[in-house]
Amino acid sequence: MRIIVNGEPREVNAALTVAGLIDVLALGPGKRAIECNGRVIPKSEYPEHQLGEGDVVEVIQAVGGG
Amino acid sequence: MGTLATRDGDDDWLLAGRRFHSRLLVGTGKYRDLEQTRDAVEASGAEIVTVAIRRTNIGQDRERPNLLDFLSPDRYTILPNTAGCRTAEEAIRVARQARALLDGAPLVKLEVVGDDLSLYPDGLETLRATERLVAEGFWVLVYTTDDPVLAQRLAEAGAHAVMPLAAPIGSGLGILNPHNIRLIVERCRVPVLVDAGVGTASDAAIAMELGCEAVLMNTAIASARDPVLMAQAMRDAVIAGRRAYRAGRMAPKSHASASSPRRDTAA
Repeated sequence: MRIIVNGEPREVNAALTVAGLIDVLALGPGKRAIECNGRVIPKSEYPEHQLGEGDVVEVIQAVGGG
Repeated sequence: MGTLATRDGDDDWLLAGRRFHSRLLVGTGKYRDLEQTRDAVEASGAEIVTVAIRRTNIGQDRERPNLLDFLSPDRYTILPNTAGCRTAEEAIRVARQARALLDGAPLVKLEVVGDDLSLYPDGLETLRATERLVAEGFWVLVYTTDDPVLAQRLAEAGAHAVMPLAAPIGSGLGILNPHNIRLIVERCRVPVLVDAGVGTASDAAIAMELGCEAVLMNTAIASARDPVLMAQAMRDAVIAGRRAYRAGRMAPKSHASASSPRRDTAA
């Protein structure tokens, strides 16, 4: 299926969870937040939350700022 | 040194129920690299540091060092900002992202900008966002203009601190309207912090002499020729300004008043 991650379209396996997406993207261990269709997904829901066709996912981190 | 420490006494300040010693808050943007960021923050003595919330650069995520690896949330109170947001809705969304990222920590520096050239805050959107974020349980430190009425409205809306600008963000122009900053300090029952526009150490000292609870800055340190040395200067200036405020300055006079005895010169 096709999802949008940080503005870029990506082809991923159907029934992918948020936890699965973190593996697929090979994200490191740093602190981050994941938002799906405008809603923040709590970390406790990563293993169960299934992504769907067309979902818009944002992977968020802290960067330098004032 | 012992005498000075005694005179300072217990001068910690409270923000959202937490006790802080340093009255200097620093940003983490515009540094050469993360090592310099860490060194400058350390030299500043700050206990609260601001960060921005942005998309992860996927693909480089694993290799790239993370800001929070250099500035651990175990050591510093991380204050995420909503910089870049133009509406209350955008700011609320970023605040929620930040809270999730920081494991539920409720602090947020609310910043809703209404004009790209001056980066002036949009007062109406800022007030709307403050009301909604407070209702969601956030501890809102709100960036605002130096308008005393708006500052008071934001405090009444439940902001935990009101942070008027000294001058436009990153301008280094210093405190353009000290009279307004003083009015805000007099009127608001929550901590007032000068945020943005400080250019050099004397500006930070003036902010503290006006009675501000603390000062927040980024560019004045990061864009100095030697950021680490400027961070130390700012630390000292905030301490000096605070001591001067507490000591109570002499009344200015329009005529001279000799400090040495007028009589008995042997000439």
